[in-house]
Amino acid sequence: MGGMTETEYLVEMRGITKRFPNVVANKNASFTLRKGEVHALLGENGAGKSTLMNVLYGIYRPDAGEIRVYGKRVEIRGPKDALKLGIGMVHQQFKLIPVHTVAENVILGLKEMGFVLDGRKINQRLGEVISRYGWKISPDARVWQLSAGEKQQVELLKALFRNVKILILDEPTSVLTPQETVVLFQTLRTMASQGIGIVLITHKLEEVFSVSDRVTVMRGGETVATKHVRDTNIEELVELMIGRPLLKIAPARQLSREKAVLRVSDLVVLNDKGLEAVRNVSFQLFGGEILGIAGVSGNGQQELLEAIAGLRKPVSGKIFLDGVDITDKHPWEIISAGVSYIPAEALRYSAAEMTVAENLVLKAYRNPEFSKKILINWKNVAKKSMDLVQSFRIVTPSINNKVGNLSGGNVQRLVLARELGTYPKLRVVLAAYPTRGLDIASTEAIHQEFIKKSEQGVSILLVSEELEELVALCDRIMVMHRGEVVGVLERGMYDIEEIGLMMTGVKKMEAKA
Amino acid sequence: MIGIGFVESVLAGAVAAGTVFLLASLGETYAERAGVLNLGMEGMMIMGAAVSYIFTNALGHGAALLTVLLVGLLMGLLHAFFTVSLKLNQVVVGLAITILGLGLSGLMASSEIRGRIILALNPEATRAVLASQEAPKLPLIPIAGLKDIPVIGPMFFNHNFLVYLSLLLSFVMWFLLFRTRFGLNLRSCGENPSMADTLGVNVYLMRYVSMAVCGMLGCLAGAYLFIGYQPFWVEGMTQGRGFISLALVILATWNPLRAVLGAYLFGGVEALQFRLQVLGIAAQLPYFLLMLPYAVTIVTLTMLSLESVRKRVGVPAALGVPYSRE
Repeated sequence: MGGMTETEYLVEMRGITKRFPNVVANKNASFTLRKGEVHALLGENGAGKSTLMNVLYGIYRPDAGEIRVYGKRVEIRGPKDALKLGIGMVHQQFKLIPVHTVAENVILGLKEMGFVLDGRKINQRLGEVISRYGWKISPDARVWQLSAGEKQQVELLKALFRNVKILILDEPTSVLTPQETVVLFQTLRTMASQGIGIVLITHKLEEVFSVSDRVTVMRGGETVATKHVRDTNIEELVELMIGRPLLKIAPARQLSREKAVLRVSDLVVLNDKGLEAVRNVSFQLFGGEILGIAGVSGNGQQELLEAIAGLRKPVSGKIFLDGVDITDKHPWEIISAGVSYIPAEALRYSAAEMTVAENLVLKAYRNPEFSKKILINWKNVAKKSMDLVQSFRIVTPSINNKVGNLSGGNVQRLVLARELGTYPKLRVVLAAYPTRGLDIASTEAIHQEFIKKSEQGVSILLVSEELEELVALCDRIMVMHRGEVVGVLERGMYDIEEIGLMMTGVKKMEAKA
Repeated sequence: MIGIGFVESVLAGAVAAGTVFLLASLGETYAERAGVLNLGMEGMMIMGAAVSYIFTNALGHGAALLTVLLVGLLMGLLHAFFTVSLKLNQVVVGLAITILGLGLSGLMASSEIRGRIILALNPEATRAVLASQEAPKLPLIPIAGLKDIPVIGPMFFNHNFLVYLSLLLSFVMWFLLFRTRFGLNLRSCGENPSMADTLGVNVYLMRYVSMAVCGMLGCLAGAYLFIGYQPFWVEGMTQGRGFISLALVILATWNPLRAVLGAYLFGGVEALQFRLQVLGIAAQLPYFLLMLPYAVTIVTLTMLSLESVRKRVGVPAALGVPYSRE
């Protein structure tokens, strides 16, 4: 640490430890922020990034450690204290009043605006800042009318009007479109050039390289390294984040394609609007095979999986599982036959008000292992849940915590644990975007799990938009466009450009020619 | 039979009867905008009526109105103490205050207790005053020149000062609520108290202030009902007007200016059914008319259940939720 004078930093956090019941979220963590820099705080889900910054913002009180702001030791008892020190934070869930106007949200609590609020003067002051940053929001607009990106701009306006010198953004790009992200990064650079120190909490590596000056990597609640972005690279950061190099997936393997486990023929399914979402789709899925479905989302993938899972009645066509017709069977019969379904919206398919343990056995509680006649054997449920929480790395204070209180990534892992870990005889896994929103290590773990399952003879139907994921995992890739199968490619003949073309509806033959 | 005279009389009656609703719903609007649901309005109103009855007979109008405001302040603060400081369920506390008010007012105004209170305040009170079920009404203050305009004159410019005050308050309270920092702070407490707290708004204080205002205006509404509208004491004489005022707040979508229209609409219904009964027209019609405010409120509530409507009119998002700082 020698050489640095203390006043050079806006923020110095040293030896921060924060314990929650059953979890140590921060262990002896350190962090510094300089004037005018964008400092990425990088780490996997649950690495303790948000906790560390919530300590700085006063939401949590640390159990140990010291915080210095502008070189002076401070105690921050709540967000109010933080704001007084010039520390602002933009949360993932915006702290805005939707029915109030942009102006009202920005000036709330600002005494210098006078007792009687002069709308014209306030709008003018807001307008100046808005146009300086090249934004397009109107001070008179109601916040509920705004897009996510615009709401974020209102949060930034709030910070600017409070003369915030230290600004924390918690995963700010997770709600943004790519275009909005570009605008946000420009804004952050402008703010930094005016001397504001910015902390960017993220798990996306590209954000480190596109906007940040320095990066601090967190793992398991500890800060493992702080580096200048120009002195590091992706491989090094990945290794720091997950503590080891990434495994390479290389399942070049031979499958016997004798008997189809799942056979779909001439399936037609309607979407919620009553339009044909799946048109005459036929395919076979063999034992132990991973069959990928590529396509821009909304081209019938979801409806296809729902029809197979029995959640949506097909208009015509047949679905066979191990030669038995399961078309129009009740979802429970299909579950019993060993078909699991990983939906795209994990939280919608879990019971938010119920506990982790209850959610984990939602599909399995009828098994003799968990219930006898009418009574549930909670001891076995707890044991199983404990196993699953550990093996799927679900971060939760206990198995009796409500699922609604878990973070998005953890709900996703919980649903994966339920679908992959609780079926007594799993035959087919229907997976829709199973790794969407997950960090690198979790994605890798899910991929390993899929491969393990397929080696045990389980067949997997994998819907994804990530072509790299499909190419790495799948034995075959089927491309869908507007509800139709455009073509099927065999492993070894994958060409990402060709698949991309097919996803726009160009038939395989034409694409070849 | 139904000429200009009848119309004038109904409209003047609408304002006279509607002022009870207006004063009460102005108070309730502030409470709910700050996030506190005050179901004690009926109890506050009846206490206002009883106190104005007793104190007018003992000391006259001025002292009576001051006492009413003081009682209202105390009742509002009592509600706030339970719901804001102790964070108890607002529905339960509100109903308890209504029951308390109904009981206490009946006790205070019973001939024995009433007599003692009047004698203690004014030892020279005559036997006639002690026995009276009535009290002197507030004097009318006709506005010279304006009161002779047809229809408008009798409707707005020939009333006692509380009617004028209530109209003035509607404008002032609207301005405070939507055009000042105080109002923005107050509304934010009803929308997102934890955020308001973070940005330096004292949520507890704002909710106490709004309940104090609500209590005073609730009791003033009761006082107006007695000494300004029908100065004849009957136990439970508010007859659900406090609850109608709650409905009116919803109908007016928590806006003091719209509350004026709603109050006179509800008042007009009351005035009209009263006069129709006197005329003996269509025996069932008065009941139909009395139902109308509730029917309109149900329609309003149904519309408010639509998310898109809620967003536009701004039902206070934190209404009824006690705030505790984590």
